[in-house]
Amino acid sequence: MKSFENTLTAQEPIKPLILGNPSFSSVTETISGICEKKETPIWWWIALGISGLLSLNLAAMIGYLVWEGTGIWGLNIPVSWGWAIVNFVFWVGIGHAGTLISAILFLMRQKWRTSINRFAEAMTIFAVLCAAIFPGIHVGRMWVMHWMFPLPNQMGLWVNFRSPLLWDVFAVGTYFTCSALFWYTGLIPDLATFRDRAKNRIKKTIFGVLSLGWRGGNKQWKHYELAYLLLAGISTPLVLSVHSVVSTDFAVSIIPGWHTTIFPPYFVAGAIFSGFAMVLTLSIIARAIFPQIKNFITMDHLGKIAKVILLTGTMVGYAYSMEFFIAWYSGNDYERFAFINRALGPFAWAYWIMITCNVLTPQIFWFKKLRSSIPVLFIASIIVNIGMWFERFVIVMTLHRDFLPSSWDYYTPTMFDIGIFVGSFGFFFFMFLLFLRFLPMISMTEIKGVLPQADPHHGGNSHE
Amino acid sequence: MSKTKSRTAGCIAEFAGPGELLKAAEKVRDAGYKDFDCHSPFPIHGMDEAMGEKGSMLGPLVGLAAFLGGSGALLMQWWMSAVDYKVVIAGKPFFSYQAFFPVTFSLAVLFSAGMAVVGMLSMIKLRFHHPVFYSERFKKASDDMFFISVLSDDPIFSEEKTQLFLESIGGAYVEALRVDDE
Repeated sequence: MKSFENTLTAQEPIKPLILGNPSFSSVTETISGICEKKETPIWWWIALGISGLLSLNLAAMIGYLVWEGTGIWGLNIPVSWGWAIVNFVFWVGIGHAGTLISAILFLMRQKWRTSINRFAEAMTIFAVLCAAIFPGIHVGRMWVMHWMFPLPNQMGLWVNFRSPLLWDVFAVGTYFTCSALFWYTGLIPDLATFRDRAKNRIKKTIFGVLSLGWRGGNKQWKHYELAYLLLAGISTPLVLSVHSVVSTDFAVSIIPGWHTTIFPPYFVAGAIFSGFAMVLTLSIIARAIFPQIKNFITMDHLGKIAKVILLTGTMVGYAYSMEFFIAWYSGNDYERFAFINRALGPFAWAYWIMITCNVLTPQIFWFKKLRSSIPVLFIASIIVNIGMWFERFVIVMTLHRDFLPSSWDYYTPTMFDIGIFVGSFGFFFFMFLLFLRFLPMISMTEIKGVLPQADPHHGGNSHE
Repeated sequence: MSKTKSRTAGCIAEFAGPGELLKAAEKVRDAGYKDFDCHSPFPIHGMDEAMGEKGSMLGPLVGLAAFLGGSGALLMQWWMSAVDYKVVIAGKPFFSYQAFFPVTFSLAVLFSAGMAVVGMLSMIKLRFHHPVFYSERFKKASDDMFFISVLSDDPIFSEEKTQLFLESIGGAYVEALRVDDE
């Protein structure tokens, strides 16, 4: 049982969460130093340039979409849902790991989360922003996008609250707002540190306003800590509810292969799976670029992320097989056909990519050696996200052979499908690069709080 | 410069670490001070008790917000679908409460999250011009230093005695916070 080093059996010595035995001020120096450096590294400009160009490309393609309509995509009948919903589900899913890390792991007192929660939350916010693009643009007539909300209008008509597409509007809107509030609340004390360290007036004013006059007094901390705890509690059901609601977009319909009750838990597991893979990708990139954070985001962290990927990947694998079993067990011909067609039909290539990436790849993490190899972790994390994109693709492509063989068709993406998807990645990394450069990517306050000397009883300081 | 009159808004003292700050807080509390605060770069466990502070009242407020958000959402959906403009959709009842659950839940969560943040911000008494910011040394409170501040609004505050008292309980660099009034 030695391998479960984080389950806290009080008798065993606990590994330090943060390596290098830093002092409070060296934590501040290391993390603020990244943002305060005068000269920006060249790689940052190159990466920002590429992702900025891709974002511009996204904007241009969306412009053309507004002009021309959704006909520029590869959509047809019966495949009337294409990459837009695939990308939407993909990006919302990515966000879930950030919320799980910041909320559920916080409630479970998993202190190792302190090193990765800040940028996992940033990842959530940018991923949900990317996700929100797609339902926004897929409506075709964007000038009536506000019809998604229950607003008074000249027809006196309201939205249909029985539709899962509307549940999505509320679930994703709430999710984005809560994630942003949670993230900002966590940032306040760190922004105060930036304010106090600011050398020039402009910076001082900006961080002064953003940190809202934070003084770090206990009369502030006591409300702050409770608010943080409450936000964690509030966000916890969101980890489960948001992707459950997203899955009802499919599950509430009566399409064979979609109309199943396994969808909500299966989507949630998949979301956490892909999100943790993205956290892993980003952590490894951040560690490579800023070697000074290696003491904060240690190999132990990466190993723990890999274990979560192994767990959720195996759950996803179970869901794939259970879906298949139930399709057979249901005795429903259409249901059986939908699944056999997934595995052996025209989109079999996508199905087997999905199985290889999502079910087989994470199994390598049973081995500690592979969990502690950076190249293996990095490649696996990317493979997992490719696989998770294909999972949603396979689900949506179930449409290509509907009840009527005469209308069967195949789906081929156009350059606009691909351009918009790649553009959303550009936008995601563009935002993330700005975040790495200008805001503390690791929570200084929380890191200081988990150092051994932060305990008031540390070093013989006992009190009654 | 000659026109400005300087007054003392309080004083601060520095302590070596979280343990020292906690012990000092107990002594300041026992001396009868009310308007004092303990500043640290991270929250210190047990400080509420050491300072004689009550817990935060944020919990019930957030609970109320969740209730209002949820019931408001359900009411809105009922009124829109079953009262104001009825539309038959798939022969389902106008008030399909099962289908109304996701939106009800989402809005309950949204309202409580909003209340958690707005409530917290209003309770922490935001002031961009707080006397503690007059100290140059205090800038380190968000880095690695630990301070106790006593404000002159406190009934038993006296510029000299309070400074001597803070020194006697182990405070270093005791400093009066001078504010320049017009």
